[in-house]
Amino acid sequence: MLNRQGRPSAAGEAGTNVHPTFTGNKALAQIEPLIFEIGHADGTGVDLDEPENFTPRLGGLERKDEIGLPGLSEPEAMRHYVRLSQMNYGIDTGLFPLGSCTMKHNARLNERMARLPGFSDVHPLQPVSTVKGALELMNELGRYLVTLTNMTTVALSPKAGAHGELCGMMAIKAAIEARGEGKTRNVVLVPDSAHGTNPATAALIGFVVKPVPARDDGWVHVEDVKKLLGPDVAAIMLTNPNTCGLFENQVAEIAKAIHDAGAYFYCDGANFNAIVGKAKPGDLGVDAMHINLHKTFSTPHGGGGPGSGPVVLSARLAPFAPVPFVTVKDGELTLVENEADADETPFGRMTAFHGQMGMYVRALSYMLSHGSDGMKQASEDAVLNANYIRASLSDLFSQPFGDKPCMHEVLFDDTWLKDTGVTTLDFAKAMIDEGYHPMTMYFPLVVHGAMLIEPTESESKASLDLFIATLRDLAIAAKKGDTARFTGAPYHAPRRRLDETRAARNPVLKWTPPAPLAEAAE
Amino acid sequence: MRYLPLSDTDRGEMLARIGVKSVDDLFADIPKKMLLKEPVDLPRRKGELEVERILSRMAARNVSASSVPFFVGAGAYKHHVPATVDHLIQRSEFLTSYTPYQPEIAQGTLQYLFEFQTQVAALTGMDVANASMYDGSTGTGEAVLMAHRVTKRRKAVLSGGLHPHYAEVVRTLSDMASDEVVTMAPDVAGTEDILSRIDDSVSCVVVQTPDVFGNVRDLKAIADKAHQHGALLIAVFTEAVSLGLLASPGSQGADIVVGEGQSIGNALNFGGPYVGLFATKSKYIRQMPGRLCGETVDADGNRGFVLTLSTREQHIRRDKATSNICTNSGLCCLAFTIHMTLLGQAGLTRLARINHAHAVKLADQLAAVKGVEVLNKAFFNEFTVKLAKPAAEIVERMAQKGVLAGVPVSRLMPKAGLDNLLLVASTEVNTDDDRAALCAALKEVL
Repeated sequence: MLNRQGRPSAAGEAGTNVHPTFTGNKALAQIEPLIFEIGHADGTGVDLDEPENFTPRLGGLERKDEIGLPGLSEPEAMRHYVRLSQMNYGIDTGLFPLGSCTMKHNARLNERMARLPGFSDVHPLQPVSTVKGALELMNELGRYLVTLTNMTTVALSPKAGAHGELCGMMAIKAAIEARGEGKTRNVVLVPDSAHGTNPATAALIGFVVKPVPARDDGWVHVEDVKKLLGPDVAAIMLTNPNTCGLFENQVAEIAKAIHDAGAYFYCDGANFNAIVGKAKPGDLGVDAMHINLHKTFSTPHGGGGPGSGPVVLSARLAPFAPVPFVTVKDGELTLVENEADADETPFGRMTAFHGQMGMYVRALSYMLSHGSDGMKQASEDAVLNANYIRASLSDLFSQPFGDKPCMHEVLFDDTWLKDTGVTTLDFAKAMIDEGYHPMTMYFPLVVHGAMLIEPTESESKASLDLFIATLRDLAIAAKKGDTARFTGAPYHAPRRRLDETRAARNPVLKWTPPAPLAEAAE
Repeated sequence: MRYLPLSDTDRGEMLARIGVKSVDDLFADIPKKMLLKEPVDLPRRKGELEVERILSRMAARNVSASSVPFFVGAGAYKHHVPATVDHLIQRSEFLTSYTPYQPEIAQGTLQYLFEFQTQVAALTGMDVANASMYDGSTGTGEAVLMAHRVTKRRKAVLSGGLHPHYAEVVRTLSDMASDEVVTMAPDVAGTEDILSRIDDSVSCVVVQTPDVFGNVRDLKAIADKAHQHGALLIAVFTEAVSLGLLASPGSQGADIVVGEGQSIGNALNFGGPYVGLFATKSKYIRQMPGRLCGETVDADGNRGFVLTLSTREQHIRRDKATSNICTNSGLCCLAFTIHMTLLGQAGLTRLARINHAHAVKLADQLAAVKGVEVLNKAFFNEFTVKLAKPAAEIVERMAQKGVLAGVPVSRLMPKAGLDNLLLVASTEVNTDDDRAALCAALKEVL
C-alpha cells in the first residue's frame, strides 16, 4: 500500500543555484577512486582454498617480499569497473566519426561466436587432430580475404595493422634478398600523408624512408613517384584510399611504374572499408596489403585493441609468407608451424602461436552475415554517408583539395576557422559537449588543422542529419565569435580539458602510496 | 541487411543532396575496368541463425580444454576466469571505445590502464610498465630492440630456455634489421653456461623463467655479469601466475621484464588475442615502446589520466619512433587487470600455490609410471618428462583416448633430438580424477 501522505506530486519551485554536492558526485556522474585507494592487501574477490601440505620445489627462489597489490571483493570490483566504463564513449554511445579508424557497429553475434568453447577454450598447441574446426575457420577466413582482394595468399598471424605492415615489408625484404639485391635496394617511398606507422615500420627493418611530397590536389602523382624511382628503391607504401579521403586516381600507373623499376607495391589497407566489394586491390597491382580486421571487419576496438592485421600477398610475395599457415596436404587441412616443414621459403615468424584466432572468428562471422552483397552495400553506404556530410558542410567548412567526392571519410582543414580564435582542438572539444566523439584531428599531417570525419555505414540518415546540424551550429557559433564555447570546452564531460604537458613533463605512470603524515609534514 | 540503417529512400535523398545520380559516381576515381559491377564470388547475406549454425559446426570439430583432462601449456595456460571478468569487458563503453585520443571522454580506459601499469610494475618488481603489447613474444622482440637503443649495441644472446616461438620472433626481427642474435642450444636442464657468452659487445641477455622446459631460473648472477659488461638483462615469463610465488625478476636485477599475461583474465583462444606485459626501470622510460598512461589534472584541478610521452611514438616521430606499434591489447589488458583486482595479492599468491601444489603432485604421480622420468629439479606449474617413446606419437594416441597430455618438445624444436620429451602443465583446473586419467592413459600407450 503506497503512503501518499505528505508526498509532493509535482516538482517544487525550480532553484537557480546549483549547489555543490557533498560527495562531489553529480547524480550518475560518479567520482571513482583508484583500486589502490579502495581495496586492501588481504582482500580478494576469488574464493580459493589453500592447498594441502606439500613440499615446494621452487629451487629456493620463492618470493619473499610483498607484492603490494589490493584485492577487491566481487561487488566492489563490479561497481568500480562499471563506474569506470561510464566515463567512456563508445560506438554504442553515439556517432564516433574518428577518421581512418572505421568505428562501425560491433555486432554481438560475433562476440557470442568467438566465445563458443570450441574456439575460445582451445589451446594453440593441442594436437592438430583436435582442432580441425579451427583450421577450417582460418582457411575459410583466408579464402574470403583472398577473394575480396584478388591476391594469391594471406598471412593471418600479424596481431594488428602495424604488425601487418611489418609482415608485408618483411616479405618484400625477403623477396629482394632472394633476388640478390638485398644490399642495393634499401629505399622505401612513403607519401607525406601516410600513417606514422608506415615510415616507422620501414625504418624498423633497416629501410631508408624517402618521402613522396604532397600535392595540392590530395593525390600522389605518378611523375613524382617516377622521379624517385631507381635501382635503390625496394617499395612504395601507399595508403589507398588515402588519408585525405581520396582514392588514388593514378594507382594503376603508379603500380606499373613501381613494377617496371623492379620494386614492390605495399598498400596500407587501413581504409579498405571504402572499397570492399567495389574493387580488388590485386587488380590494382598491389603486392602486399594488410587488412585491419578491427576496422573493416568490425572486430571491436576494445579501447585500443586487440587488433588483427592479416596481410594478403601477390604471387610474387606469396612464397615468403611467414609461419604458421594453414595449407591443404593430401586433401586435408594441415598447419605448417616450422620453416623446415614448408614447401615454400617463409621469411620467419611474426608471433608465437597462430595469431588472433578470437578476431578471426568475429571477422568471419561479420563476413558471413553481410555476404558479398551486404559487404558491397556497406562500402557504398560508408562512402555515401561521408559524402552526405561533405555536401552538407561544404558551405561552412573548408576542404583542402577542393569540393570533390570523397571515399568513406571526408577531410576538412582549419582555413575556415582563421581569425575566429578557435582551433581544431577547441572545435573537437566542443563536439564532446554536444555528445559526440570528435573526428580525427591534426591528421593527416599534410593538411593544416586537419579534421578527418569517417561516419561509417552504421549511421542512419537521422543520426547524420543531427550530427550535421550540430556541426553547423558549432561552426556558426565559432564564426560569430562565441569563442568561450570552444576554448573552455569540454564543460560537460567527466573531466574538463586535461593538462597533457604536465603529464609529459613530470611523468606519473603508476600509483604510489601517499607518504605518512609525519613525513609529508617535513 | 540488419546492420545497415539506410533505406533506399534515404539513399536517394542523400544522393540528391550530394548532387550525383548514382552511388558509383562517388567511385569515379577507381579505374572503370576495375570497378566491380556485381558482388564478388562469395555467398550472399545470412541471418543470425544461419551464421550460428555454420560457426557452431566448425567449433564442434575442436576439442575444448574444459571437456577433457587437460595438461597443455608451453606458453599458454588453462586457468579459471571469474564470470565477472567476461561480463565487464563486454560492457559497450569498454568494448566499443577506441584508443583514448580524447581523454575527457575516455577516463574509464585511461584509469584502468593506469591501474594496470601499477599492477604490472608491482608484479614484476620494476619501476614502470607500459599499457601492454600484443603478446609476450612480440613484446620480447620489442624488448631486444629497446636494449639495442639503450646500449647502442646490436647483439642479443638468447637463452636455450627461451620459448622457441619467442626466439624465432626475435630472430626474424633481428635478421631483417641486420642485428646479431646468438641462440643457445636447447637447455633442458636449465644449466646452460650463458655467463661465458656475455661480453662488451652484447646488448642484452634474454632469459625466461620459468623457462620453456619448466625450470625456475636464478637470474641474479646473469644480471650481475650483464651489468659488468654494460649489457641489459631481459627477463621473460610466459606464465604470469608464477609471479605470485616466485621472486620477482626486478628483485633479481632484470632491466626489462616482458611476458605473456594471458594466464590472468584471458581465455586460450587458440593462441590469441593475448596481452604482452612490459616493464622496465625509470631511467629507460623514454626508450620504451608502446603506449603509456600518466596522471595529470584537468582545468578544474581534478585528477585525470592521459596518454603520455607520445613523442616516442610513430604518429609523432614517424621513422625515428621507438617502435611502429599503434594498437595495444586494450580489452585483454582490461581482462587482466579486472582478474588481478579480484585476486589481489592474497588471491594471486594462493592461486600460484595451488598451481605449484598440483604440479608437484602430478610430477610425483608421473614419476611412478614406468617409462616416465621427470627431468626438473625446480619448477612452477609445468615440467618436462622423458618418455620411453616419441612424445608426439604418445600425445596423439592419448588424445584419441580423450586426454590432452601436453606439448611434445619436438613440436616446438623439430630437429633438436628431443623427440621423447613432453612438456606437462598442471593448473588449478586439474582435479585428482584428471591426474589419474593422465597416468592411466599414459600407462596404456607407453
